[in-house]
Amino acid sequence: MKYLDEFRDEELAQGILAQIRRVLSRPWVLMEICGGQTHAIKRYGIDQLLPPEIELVHGPGCPVCVTPLEQIDKALAIASRPDVTFTSYGDMLRVPGSGRNLFSVRATGGDVRVVYSPLDAVRIAQTQPGRQVVFFAIGFETTAPANAMAVARAKELGLDNFTVLVSHVRVPPAMRAILESPHNRVQGFLAAGHVCAVMGYWEYPAIAKQYDVPIVVTGFEPVDILRGILHAVRLLESGRADVENAYSRTVTPEGNRPAQALIEKVFMQTDRNWRGIGRIPMSGWSLRPAYADFDAELRFDVAAIAPQESPLCIAGQILQGHRKPLDCPAFGSECRPESPLGATMVSSEGACSAYYQYAGSAAAAGE
Amino acid sequence: MCLGVPGKIIAIYEEEGLKMGRIDFGGVVRESCLDFTPEAQVGDYALIHVGFAISLINEDEAAKTLAILREIVDLDDEIGGHPQEDTVP
Amino acid sequence: MSTNNEATDFQGLVCPAPLLPQDHIEMAHGSGGRLMQGLIRQRFLPAFENSALSAGNDGALVAVTQCGRLVVSTDAHVVSPLFFPGGDIGRLAVCGTVNDVAMMGARPLFLTASFIIEEGLPIETLQMVLASMSAASLEAGVQIVAGDTKVVQKGCADGLFISTTGIGALLVNPDEIGGANARPGDAVLLSGSIGDHGIAVLAARGDLGFEAGVASDVAPLNSLVERTLETSEQVHVMRDPTRGGLATTLNEIAAQSNVGIVIREEAIPVRPAVQAACEMLGFDPLYIANEGKAVVIVAAEDAPAILETMRAHPLGGGAVLIGEVVAEPPGRVLMQTRIGTHRVVDSLSGELLPRIC
Repeated sequence: MKYLDEFRDEELAQGILAQIRRVLSRPWVLMEICGGQTHAIKRYGIDQLLPPEIELVHGPGCPVCVTPLEQIDKALAIASRPDVTFTSYGDMLRVPGSGRNLFSVRATGGDVRVVYSPLDAVRIAQTQPGRQVVFFAIGFETTAPANAMAVARAKELGLDNFTVLVSHVRVPPAMRAILESPHNRVQGFLAAGHVCAVMGYWEYPAIAKQYDVPIVVTGFEPVDILRGILHAVRLLESGRADVENAYSRTVTPEGNRPAQALIEKVFMQTDRNWRGIGRIPMSGWSLRPAYADFDAELRFDVAAIAPQESPLCIAGQILQGHRKPLDCPAFGSECRPESPLGATMVSSEGACSAYYQYAGSAAAAGE
Repeated sequence: MCLGVPGKIIAIYEEEGLKMGRIDFGGVVRESCLDFTPEAQVGDYALIHVGFAISLINEDEAAKTLAILREIVDLDDEIGGHPQEDTVP
Repeated sequence: MSTNNEATDFQGLVCPAPLLPQDHIEMAHGSGGRLMQGLIRQRFLPAFENSALSAGNDGALVAVTQCGRLVVSTDAHVVSPLFFPGGDIGRLAVCGTVNDVAMMGARPLFLTASFIIEEGLPIETLQMVLASMSAASLEAGVQIVAGDTKVVQKGCADGLFISTTGIGALLVNPDEIGGANARPGDAVLLSGSIGDHGIAVLAARGDLGFEAGVASDVAPLNSLVERTLETSEQVHVMRDPTRGGLATTLNEIAAQSNVGIVIREEAIPVRPAVQAACEMLGFDPLYIANEGKAVVIVAAEDAPAILETMRAHPLGGGAVLIGEVVAEPPGRVLMQTRIGTHRVVDSLSGELLPRIC
């Protein structure tokens, strides 16, 4: 496929690696923010290619992983209602709430459906006027415009049977939270290319300066990721806390203005709990009052839900880059992709799942 | 986060006030919303996420990037840098 | 043969209102009564035409001329939609079981088929499925010698479920071919591109709103298997990578044989449209189902001859060497990626869901 295959080229990858080796003089810790990048790093074994001086730690950019438990429990409660058709992106179905997941709701009679696009959920609402159609609007900035569009459409169409359960999160506050942690080890960021496609990267220079940390906007193919690493290492080696764009075919400094405008129209910033990490101020979006009619949390009475997390799971420390999946005693034993304890084992973007899938039980066995 | 896949816009139309398009992902075709890329034209490549174009691929930038990377590789060959052997796990 | 004369041909203590000619399956079609007999006589028997079936007894009496061992395999087939590019549930039900028998190193001879039909299924749909089964069994050279139908209430099935059992005569020595027989040094061959069936069905289902232009590969592989067995006496394992895809099949073999298997990503044929659908949905083609592909593990020296044989067969034109069996690490499948690294390829875990975020 055009614009994918060219960026999976072994020769180019090796060329960039040689450059990385040449500019590298000492160890550096880089964080790839996005789970999609973690997935690609494991899928292509990019970490095996890197010189040992470069350590990649995996960031919190997996929307499925960081969706807070209380939102998942609310989803489970809403999806269990006989009058509800609950629609969701595929990955969310396996995420464990307090004891069960959307699959088990479906198995016990709930009408739970996977959609590819939020507009598909709106269409279901149009064709089933007698049923309450709820869409689980999770995601980072990349997904926010699409989810905002679904809400705006529902309002335009005057749909009274469509609501969204919102659990939106934003990257910059999470970066700040990571950098402010006393345990922080991250010296440079590979910023999430598709988040930046929507938001641009005008917010990043302030973060880079304040925390003295270079930030490189990075894509998702092996050549893109290696290029991002090369840029980050160059900046680190020359002591520059700059922002660079290593994904210029897709990302512009200002981002996608029409998408940002719709986000702004439908959502407002709010504090948000991140699963495993905790509350980060102003790190999420919720619906503006003008769209309250489309808020599933208001339409269905789910306020009293009290979630319970598995005591074994260390997903929170993994998502902040403090620990790695192999540090978890439950990895590969109590916690496996088919019976996950925490969300990082669920999504194929989750660090634990990526380790399990591509390092396999080899990793679990400590080989 | 967010799987974004580049595809070629092969048709543009309006549906209930939304700018929509048919996107060809190398042989697979799906409808996507082009409302966030009002400048999109048939023949452009768009980055599609959950059925929405969130960015148009800048083909000049892509070509430029590949040219730069190609230079790095060629330079490397001239200097005689030898890529190290991978280790098999 | 009776025609539609049930419509007026009633007797006994029943309401004399005439039964109308049906164009949909009703509960009565499974009741064991006249309607069911009519359905069997008019639809099933002509489609599967053979003496063992038309004898109309409780079981089929068949002659097995080859002495030696029989291979028996059974499979239930459910697919939504019932018809998809390249095939339908009928072709799937025949080929799925024929292939399971063939992969044991056997020549499939007879099938039995049981049908669970949802009330309301158009009889024309059933007729088309039966015609497809008939064509597929002709293609495979097998006879459908026994069958059963049940009708369940609307909502209790998804149109039509078909279970088939296959019986075949073993062509090789017992224990010669099996999942536990892969040996270090063996070559791993694949008869063609992967993922066609899974993507064709997913696209046909329409839930995810994409058009793929990919046809299912569903086909009976028994003649390809026989040609392969004629070419080499050193075939150690044959498997058809169906649900769970190539990755899961190779993991099963690695575990059963207690060997490692190393494959090369670049050697594995994937059609561009299948690759594209996988990119779009976040799938890996290694996990997508196939219904007309064979994995053949053979002593390395015989690999070129087998590849030549497979490529000369209409169902093996895309046959390739994808990797080899190694001693270490036992029970694991490794893949050399496009950029030259190695990674573990695990079995499929859970349901394959579109990865969107």
